[in-house]
Formats: sequence, structure tokens, C-alpha cells
Amino acid sequence: MNSSIDSKNNLLKPHIPRHFIAVLVACLVMLVLCIIASLVFGSRAISFNELIAGLFHQNVDSYGANVVRQRVARTVFSLFCGAALGISGALMQAVTRNPIADPSILGVNTGASLFVVGGIAFLNISTATQYIWLALAGAMITAVFVFGIGSMGRGGATPLKLVLAGAATSAALSSLVIAIMIPRSYVMDQFRFWQVGSVGAANWSSITTFIPFLIVGILLGILSIAALNALALGDEVAKGLGVRTGVLRLTAALAAVLLCGATTALAGPIGFVGLLATHVIRLILGPDMRYVVPMSAFAGAIILTISDVCGRVLGSPGELEVGVVTAFIGAPILIIIARKAKVRGL
Amino acid sequence: MMNKSIEIIIAGRRQRRRRWIVVTTSLAALLFVLCCAMLLLGNTIYPVKDVMLALLGYELKGVSFAVNSIRLPRMLAGFFAGIAFGIGGNTFQTMLRNPLANPNVIGITTGSSAAAVFCIVILHTSESIVSIASIIAGLATVLFIYLFSKGKSFSIGRIILVGIGIQAMLNAAISYILLVGAQQDIPSALRWLTGSLNGAQMHELPPLVIFVVIFAPIIILLGKHLSILELGEQSATSLGLNTDKTRIILIISAVFILALATATTGPIAFVAFLAGPIAKRLVGVGFSNVIPAGLVGANLVLASDLIGQFAFDVRYPVGIITGIIGAPYLIYLLIRMNQKGEL
Repeated sequence: MNSSIDSKNNLLKPHIPRHFIAVLVACLVMLVLCIIASLVFGSRAISFNELIAGLFHQNVDSYGANVVRQRVARTVFSLFCGAALGISGALMQAVTRNPIADPSILGVNTGASLFVVGGIAFLNISTATQYIWLALAGAMITAVFVFGIGSMGRGGATPLKLVLAGAATSAALSSLVIAIMIPRSYVMDQFRFWQVGSVGAANWSSITTFIPFLIVGILLGILSIAALNALALGDEVAKGLGVRTGVLRLTAALAAVLLCGATTALAGPIGFVGLLATHVIRLILGPDMRYVVPMSAFAGAIILTISDVCGRVLGSPGELEVGVVTAFIGAPILIIIARKAKVRGL
Repeated sequence: MMNKSIEIIIAGRRQRRRRWIVVTTSLAALLFVLCCAMLLLGNTIYPVKDVMLALLGYELKGVSFAVNSIRLPRMLAGFFAGIAFGIGGNTFQTMLRNPLANPNVIGITTGSSAAAVFCIVILHTSESIVSIASIIAGLATVLFIYLFSKGKSFSIGRIILVGIGIQAMLNAAISYILLVGAQQDIPSALRWLTGSLNGAQMHELPPLVIFVVIFAPIIILLGKHLSILELGEQSATSLGLNTDKTRIILIISAVFILALATATTGPIAFVAFLAGPIAKRLVGVGFSNVIPAGLVGANLVLASDLIGQFAFDVRYPVGIITGIIGAPYLIYLLIRMNQKGEL
């Protein structure tokens, strides 16, 4: 009797996950450490004095100070991209009710690639804004297509069906990408740098292009958070609780695609960040989307920035692009999830 | 009564055998025509007599070079790689009892590609080392997929997911190697993204030919066992098959030829996936479709290469054509399997 009253109380009062404060503090500390690491480490390490000079004394014109100023843009960009990918991963997993939804696995990145390559080849696009709109269109169309195929038949969109639909679509689209590139070596030359996924070419103008998309994506995401919790209980229950599931799915999916499409357009396809961030957060904080979504943003920013720093340190004197690093960290996680998931669910 | 049903069974079997023979002969005939077309067609079309003479070793100005150094190696590379992809892919599909479980989807050819790209672009090694590295990488990929997907029970879903994960890693490695590679290596390295017969040379072929000649017959001889394996673990064991031993021999043989084909031509997209299901549809059930699958594979590669060379203004590598043909079929197959609830 007592316990049932307890659980009722738990349901009624806004329940804060057990470790929330600790996780929040840890994330903030790690975020600060990440930012410092991203400014200091690289193919040339920076001393503390140079860091201070670069950040706060605009009149100092040493080599080290200039390197720091360059890295500031890169760091800000990678934090934004990571946050966008984190939120996008959380939303995508919630909308598809699927633990392995990630833009790279679902083929959404390849869709964006195809449109960007087509744009470079046929429309002569070159500015960041044009990249973004084309990549968004490609990502959106591919997402709808893959999800359509994956959710056909009995049982709806199971992880395996979605992944296979994504892999098949991705393979088809990448054939088209290469078919467009082969006769045009200039496209190949632009594209191979974009293809690998990197935050290295970031500058302030790409950041200002990115911000509106980030803000709209986050707002749409916030709008759908509360209802996503209901959706996690299943479509029927959600409908019973008065959630308009169709509209909700659309809003959340739009937000997810907006965020990952814009990131892909500017940084190239970076996989697994959303997958990784959301899983870590959900493992610690539990499934409440009100916490998972914002904390995934933090986790994504941290993961992407750390991966970028690792890539710079490991690849010195050049650099290992961040897309390669995240693939090497993320793929094993995918494998672990695949092993843990119930066989039936697969 | 009894006799009658036996007669029906025998008649059915005879009919299927006839169908198998007809299909196989027609595929072989088509393949022969395509091989001739590969030798005869090109920038300049030489008279048949000149081409024959050049093949027999007579020095004919222009003809000898075009035929013996460009068209013949191209044809042979496509021929053997097609057989290898067809038979290798079919072996995995039959053994795992799922057309989706093919080397393209579960990433075996990606392992070989990554090793080959690394050897060529970074280490600049000789062909033999590239072959060895790609075989080892192919076997290692299979081993990893096997180890990671092993659980309490056998699950095709887990194999595919693990394979896709490993593939994502290997693809990232390939893009990175292409990025740090010298610019002049890039066009040739493109073949590792899609597969191409361009620039096939005579001295690159021996490893592929030797391994296909050794291992394809092994798989063909084990074709009956392969059909039994398809019935499932329990039935196969109760029919007296040593399933583990057979499976290991089949996997190793298939990986060897797949890896060498990948090292020679690059992972020609979807041939390993398409050949098995097409052969099965042509032959029907009841007879081993190893040989037809190999023939379908070779036909696909050569026909696609001819289309790629001559159908458009730009010469497209064979992998683009097979990719554009194959991907819609894969999606179609997925849709059908989803609707039937087989996944």
C-alpha cells in the first residue's frame, strides 16, 4: 500500500534523475577542459602565456597567439556541431524508437552528400548557405525514404530493417555520387576533403551561417520533448494521453534532420556522435527526454571536440580528420549495442 | 500408386536437371559472346581475323598492342573477378540463408579494399604483397564479424549489424587514406571506392587466376553440401554432414577468391549480392546454383563494363554501372522481405 502511494507521488512530482546534478557539473567541467585542450593542443602545442596573449591581448602578434585565435573559431564550431549532432541523435532515436538511429547509419549523410556533389557539379555552388540548403534537402528526402522502407511490413521499423534500408540506400546513393564525380576531377578534389568530415576548415562566417539552423532546430526539439516522453510508451498510449503522434513525429524528425543536415553541409559527414552521446547519457540518467535531449547536446559537444583534439594530436604533424576518429570510436559502440540488444528486437 | 508418385518425383527431377543444363549452357554461351565483344570492341574496331591473329601471337601493328595489352587483360580481369564475386557471394548467401548476408553488406570486401588501399597508396608495395594483405584482411574481417556476433544463439541480424559497424570503420579508414594520399594516386585509388577494370594489366592477374582456378572448384564440389547447409544446422547434422568442417572450408575458399578479386579490380559493387539471387531465380530449386552464380557474376561484370565503356559520352568504371543496377534491386528485395515479414 505504502509503496503504491510512493510510486504515485514519484509520478506526480517532477522527478529529477538521481545523478543529474553530478552529471551536469561533470559535463560543465569536461566542457571547459575540452575547450582548453582544443585551444592548446594541435600539431603545435601552445604555452599558457601564448594562450592568454592570444585570447585577451589583441595587440600581441606572436605566432602562438595567432594560432590560438585560429583555433578559437574551430573550437566554437566543433562545440556547436557536436551539440547539434547530440540533439539530433537523441531526437532521431526517440522518433524512430530505435537505439541505433544515427544519420550515418540511416544513410542520411549520403543523401546530403549526393545533393552537395550534384550542386558542385551542376549548379556551381560554392557558398556555405547554398551547401546547407542542398544538404538539408538531400538529408530530408533520404530520411523520409529510408524510414518509409524500414517501417514497411509487420512490426514497424525494427532496428535491423532500418539499418538495412539505410545501408542499401546509402550504397545506391554513393554509386550516384561517384558517377557524378568521375568525369569531373575538380569536383572530386573539392569533395574528397568534404567527404571525410572535418571541423578544420571552420571560420567565423561558417559559424554565423550555422547558428540560425542550430537555433531553429533546438526550438523545434524543445517543442517536442514533453510529448516524446509519451511516445516512448508506444503510439496507442501516446494517443490516449492526447498526443498528436503524427504532428509530433514530424516536428521532432524535422528538428533532427535540420540539425544533422546543417552540420553535414558545413563539416562533412561525421558519424556516430549522436549515437554515442545519447547512449552514454541515457545509460546514466535514464530515458526521460527532458534530460536526455539537453544533456546529449553537452555530451555531443564534448565528444566531438575531444575527438577533434585526439585527431590533431595523433595525426601530427598533419591531422586525423574528426570524422575518422568518431567512426573508430563509434563503430565498436554500435557493435556493443548490437550484441546487447535482444535478438528478437533485431 | 507408390510407383506413380516415384515416377512423378523422377520426372520432376529430370525436368529440373534439364532446366539447369539449359540455363547453364545459355549463361556460358552469353559469357562467350561477351568475352568476344570485350576483345573486338574499343576505340578502333579491328577485323575479327586480325584480332585472332594478334591473340595467337602474330605481330600486327596497332592491333597486337590494343588486343593483347589492353583488351585481353581487361576481359580476363572481369571474367575471373566476376566468377569470384558470384561464387563467393552466393556461398555466403546460401550458408547464412539470407540474400542480404552478402560480402557487400557485411563488409568482407571492405576489409580487403582497406588493406589494398593502404598497401598501394601509403606503402607502395608490389602486387603480390597487395594480394596477401587483402586476403589476410578479408579473413580477419570475417573472423571479427564471427567473434563479435557470436552469442547464445545464431542471429543473422547481429551478423549484419556487426558487419555494418566494422564496415563504417573501414570506410572511414579508406576515406582518410585517400585524403592523405598524393593527388596523382587519387584517380587510381577511386577504384577502391567502386571497382573498375580500367588499367588492368597482365602481370597483375596471375594471383587472381590461380586462386579462382584452385578454390572455385572446391566450392563447386562442395555445392551439394552447401545446399544441405541451407536446410539449417539441425537438418544438416542429421543428414550426416560435418557442418563445422564444411562451413570452415567454404568460408575460407570464398574469402580467398573474394579478397583476391577485390585486390585486383576493387570491390565491384553489388555483383556478389546480385549473382546468387539471379542464378537461383533462373535455375529454380533443387540443384546447386554455384556454377550458374559464377557465370551470372562474370556476365554481369563484363556486360556492365561494356555498357560503362560505350553507352555514354564518359567512360564509367564497371562498379558504377553495377551499383546503379544493383542498389534498386537491393531496395526492392528489402521491401519485399519487409512485406512478407521475413526480417
